[in-house]
Amino acid sequence: MDRVPILKIGDLLLVSIQIDLQDQTVMVLQEDLADRIVKTGARGVIIDITAVEIVDSFIGRMFSTIASMSRLLDAETVVVGMRPAVAITLVELGLSLGGVRTALDLEKGMQLLSRTAQSTDGS
Amino acid sequence: MTSAPVTSNDDVVRIRQLVRKAAIEARMSIVDQTKIVTAASELARNAFVHGGGGTATVELVSNAVGRAGVRLVFSDTGPGIPDIPLALTEGWTSGSGLGLGLSGTRRLVDEFDLATEVGEGTTVTVTKWAR
Repeated sequence: MDRVPILKIGDLLLVSIQIDLQDQTVMVLQEDLADRIVKTGARGVIIDITAVEIVDSFIGRMFSTIASMSRLLDAETVVVGMRPAVAITLVELGLSLGGVRTALDLEKGMQLLSRTAQSTDGS
Repeated sequence: MTSAPVTSNDDVVRIRQLVRKAAIEARMSIVDQTKIVTAASELARNAFVHGGGGTATVELVSNAVGRAGVRLVFSDTGPGIPDIPLALTEGWTSGSGLGLGLSGTRRLVDEFDLATEVGEGTTVTVTKWAR
């Protein structure tokens, strides 16, 4: 089974999915990510799905699970790089990914997280 | 026509790849390719998780006016579905999952057929036509 690498950039964790995800890989990624958030004290998680050709209900649920889980561990999640065809298919499938923040690309995702971090620190 | 077993997580990935290849051969748009591959992923997982495994066939088809399409058949010998309308209800789930499986998958394809017998198994046949 392949493992999805988790990269640390400052106080962000970057997960760039470059493989055809199988269910087991997804489960392991969730656990790895929870560990890394706690170990690094990361404030944000970016999941880059630019290379992902399909998101089915299982993978979609992973995004929601990761978003909820990281929120409990004091980190915000942004999913970036969704392909238009994937967005259309998700809506038709009935999966709206409620609770998951998205941004068009990595740069916008990082901006979104840094804004969130500022407003949190300022309060 | 290609047949493949659906008995592991790896098989689900392999079937997605087979369906993608067929959808490209049928000259489907990227959106339609994505829909049929996503439908295949849902149905393959159903056959594997709920049906205890089975087989998938992927077939290139064409209709009377020469339109190309892809037909997928997923068969398992699992417990079957006792209440078909219930299983096709939006949001209904047998336990795990979001309850999007069958009702959501149905919207991604043009033709959807469900044949099931309690104690015998379930066969789902779907077809998507290139536009």
